[in-house]
Order: sequence, then C-alpha cells, then structure tokens
Amino acid sequence: MGAAEQAVARLSEGPVVVTGEGVSAESAPAGQASAGRRVLPIVEALVLLIALVLPLVLQDYLTVFATRVIILALFAISFDLVWGYAGIMSFGQALFFGAAGYGVALLARDLNVTSIFLILPAGTLIGLTASLLLGGFLLLGRYPSSVIFVSLGTLTGSYAADRLARGWYYLGGQNGIPSIPSMSLGSYDFEEGTTFYYLALGILVVVYLLCRFLVRSQFGLALAGLRENEQRIAFFGYKAQHLKAIIFAIGGTIAGLAGSLYAFHEGFVWPNMLGVVFSTQVVLYVLFGGSGTLIGAVIGTVIIEGVSFWLSDNYRDVWPIILGVLLLLVIMFRPLGLISFVLGERERVGSFGIRPREKRDAAP
Amino acid sequence: MPLLEAAGISKVFGKLTALDGAGLTVGENEFHGLIGPNGSGKSTLMKCVAGAEVPTTGKVSFINTDITTFTPTERARAGMSLKFQITSVLPTLTLYDNILLALQAHSSLFDLVFSRTRKTLHDQVMMMLAQFRLADRAHDAAATLSHGQQQWLEIAMALAGRPRLLLLDEPTGGMSLEERRVTGELLQPIKQHCSLVIVEHDLDFIRDICDRLTVLDQGRVLASGTVAEIQSNKSVQEIYLRRA
Repeated sequence: MGAAEQAVARLSEGPVVVTGEGVSAESAPAGQASAGRRVLPIVEALVLLIALVLPLVLQDYLTVFATRVIILALFAISFDLVWGYAGIMSFGQALFFGAAGYGVALLARDLNVTSIFLILPAGTLIGLTASLLLGGFLLLGRYPSSVIFVSLGTLTGSYAADRLARGWYYLGGQNGIPSIPSMSLGSYDFEEGTTFYYLALGILVVVYLLCRFLVRSQFGLALAGLRENEQRIAFFGYKAQHLKAIIFAIGGTIAGLAGSLYAFHEGFVWPNMLGVVFSTQVVLYVLFGGSGTLIGAVIGTVIIEGVSFWLSDNYRDVWPIILGVLLLLVIMFRPLGLISFVLGERERVGSFGIRPREKRDAAP
Repeated sequence: MPLLEAAGISKVFGKLTALDGAGLTVGENEFHGLIGPNGSGKSTLMKCVAGAEVPTTGKVSFINTDITTFTPTERARAGMSLKFQITSVLPTLTLYDNILLALQAHSSLFDLVFSRTRKTLHDQVMMMLAQFRLADRAHDAAATLSHGQQQWLEIAMALAGRPRLLLLDEPTGGMSLEERRVTGELLQPIKQHCSLVIVEHDLDFIRDICDRLTVLDQGRVLASGTVAEIQSNKSVQEIYLRRA
C-alpha cells in the first residue's frame, strides 16, 4: 500500500468532516444523470437536417442567400474557436477572411487559377500565414499579452488592411476586385445555386466535425483552462502563449477557407471584407447564438443574417435599429446566447475525462 | 545545498517597500512556515518565489538553478508549484477535469489533440480525488464545492505535477476547525516527495505541521529557525504581543 493510500485509509476511519452544504451524498449520480439528457447532439442533428433539405424547398435566390449564410457560419466558427473557446478577444478576424478572399481573387484575375483544388488550399494557407504572423506578434511573448493589447492589435490590423485595400490601385481600391470567374472542378464550374450550397455545406460539416473533435479533446480542456484562468494554467506548466498562438492560427486558417469560398460565391471582393465591419459582424453572430458552442456560432449567423434579410425587405429604413435592439436584448438577458435557452451550463462546458467506451476498456 | 534559497529579496511598489532584503531557505522534504503580522510581506515574498512578482533586487535559487527571472511556466516545469491565496479552481469545470487539467500540463501538443494521455491519467485523477476526499464529487462542477473543499481541490491540483516544492498561500483561510485538522492530515503524506512553504495566520496549524519557521516583520526577516527556537524567541513574542 502506498503512502497516499495509507493516508486515505487512515483518514476514512476518522470522524466525518462537515463539508459545507452536505451535498456529497446525493451528488454521486449527478454526472450520470446529466450524461443521460444531452441536448447538444439533438440540436446539431436538427440543424444539419434542416440544412440538408433547405435547397429543396427554397426558391433559387434564397438558396444563394442560404449559401452565403453557410459560408459566414464557417467564418463564425473560426472566431468562436478563438474567442468562445480560448478567450482571446480578436476584433480583427475579418483580416484573415478578407486577405484570403483578396488572395484567391488575385489568383483568378491575374493567373487564371480557378481550380477548387488550388483555390481552397491557397485561401487556407493565406489565412494560416496571416494569423501566424499577427498572432506571433500579438500573443507570443515571454509574458502574456494584455487583453487590451490583443483586442486593439487585432482591430488595428483589420482596420489597416481595410485602408490599405481601399488605397491600393492593384487591389481595385474602393471597388475591390469585381467579376471573379467561377470556381472550377475540371470542366465543371461552380455557379451560385444548389451545387455551391452543398459544396459549402459539406465543407462546413467537415470543419465543424474537426473542430468538435478538437474542442472535446484534452487540448480542448487546455483551452478551457486558458479561457477561465490563463495565469493559473501557466503555474501548472502550460505554455499558455503557445496555446493561444496555435488556436489563433487554427481560427485564421478556417477564416481563410471561408474567405476564399465567399469570394468565389459572391464573384467579387471589396475592402469591407477585410475590415471592421466584418470583424464586428462575426462577434455579433457568436454572441447572439452562444459563444463557446460551435452550434451556437452557426445558429447565431443564421438568425442574424435571416432576420436582417427579412427586416431589410419589410422595414427598409428602420431595420438596423430593430436588429440592434434585438441584439441588445439578447446580450442583456441571455449573455450566453440563444443556445442557452436549451443548453445548460454544465453541458456547454462539457467534460473531458475518459469516455464510457474507454472506461470499459480501462476496467479489468 | 538547500532546495530553495531566496536571498536579499526586495520588492518596491512605487513608494511602498513591501520587502527589504528578506530571505528564505528551505531544505529537502521540509515543511517551512512563513509567518508574520499583516503587511509584513509574507505574500509578496511568496509571490517573488513563485514568479507572480519579479523582485526589485535579490536572487532566488531552486535546485541549484538561478530562477529569479523564470516565468511561472518555467518554474512549474522546474518542479515548483503554487496554491493561490484566493482559490482559483476553474469553477465551471468538473473536479475531475480540474485535476486532469493539472495532470496533463506536461503532455505534448500531439498527445493533447488526440487525447492520448486521457486513459493513462484516469487512475491518477481518481487517486488524487480520493486522497483529498473528493472522489464522490468527481463529476460535479467545482463551483458547487464548499469553500474548504475548493481549497483541497486546489491543493490536489497543485500537487498533481509531483512538484519538489509546493507553495501554499493561506491554505486554511475560511475553513472550519475540523477542516483545518483534516487539511493538516492531508498534507502530511506529501512530505516524502515534496517540500512545503506555507503562509498561514493560524499559528496552531503552523506549529502542528511545520519543521521550521521564518518570521517576517516590515519586510525583513525577524527570525528563522525550528518551531521551538521561534517559540522561545523574545522579539517574535514581542511583535505578536504588540499586535494582539
């Protein structure tokens, strides 16, 4: 018997300790009970189901709109990883989205590259490179950077890129780069519509599943620690700044992928895509839907875009005010976003221990 | 060579001199109490040792290495661990995940992403929880624990990485008498592999578990020695009587 076990054995013979609320007795099955009523997979399945059948019921122009929303949801996920999961306040996520968009637009315009097998990797790579550079500068230091430094740094990066694009003739100035040709696969061209919708949806699902794997892994636990108390986990021996730079780069990579899809779907890129407008929009998507859940980011994007679309049709003049009030209401009364109506705090945070399947393997 | 040697430590905050040439020497497997009146600089000295503050002057050596300018991460990797004065368990995570988070700190990135150490660490997590009488609460959020239990969880987390030196800042703050007694018992077994520096107001608790004491007053070391030596020290009695 080891020293520790002896101590435990000795202690357990001693008098019972008063443990505050006296909840110990009833708490044992709590973990199992909450495992039995998980709502997240149900919400995820439901959203996927709706997304799969949507083009079958929508008119063509609405399918085009829905495709745009799906690409923006991909963008929202990239921000959610960085902010919702790792707690890094990035106000410049559009920098990676827009840089990739501009990059692939230039490839198409100047080099006639439109193959999906080149465009999407190129956009992803641009997002990765840009976020590694900016993240390396803002996050990697001997001591952790302050929140203000990171949020202003990302904001400034995004704003500067916007200004740069506006003033640079090669990038089309204020007008951006118009009439990008279609993305191609062999001789097939991806035009706006049902095929592009399913392409975007397929990519979103794959990225979603990869992110889901990541945030539920032990790395996800380290991210939770980073988000909750960065200083504490540094004292455990985590290289907190490295973790931040890594997740920032993963977010940038996904934003790059989304940006390149967006450029080819819209057929043009313009400076707003790089700037503060898109950077704040993505913050709102995630806040509205529920940060720290991947599906919350998707739902937030769908609802904000859907409501803006409907409002702008029906209340041509006052719709931004209505939307703003709606957003404020959610942030005031549901700070964890719409998803918190159905999702409890415990399930949102999740647990990271061995899964039941592994537990069976581990037991003799 | 002592395990930890801090010498000539000064720390100035603006016009306030919190530490004025204080020092601390801790041997292997030694429980060392750091005591003194409020404002004597105990917590600041602890922070300088832990890396939460950088001393204005002075030198901190740990296992024959000068760690004065090491970051907290580097100190943790060298074998030093810290329990904060204010409990900083991660309230929304389960107890299990709090311990796992501490245990997996030294896993490689690859292992973390593919959850490769999750299975091997499971037994250690459960053992730590059992050792600190928290096993039946494993899957509850840490926020649901009583204050005393949170302190235990935090000590368990600080011990998870098998440190050579553990710094405890007021471990029994806000605890009932019974909880204090148990805390003392929970700490005894770690002596076999770990030294302890403990800042504490409860002098009975300190006397019960510590081998040696260092007394600070106004940022300087007033006395240092075995518990018996300190108890019979005139000037120590004076400062405690003066303020009592």
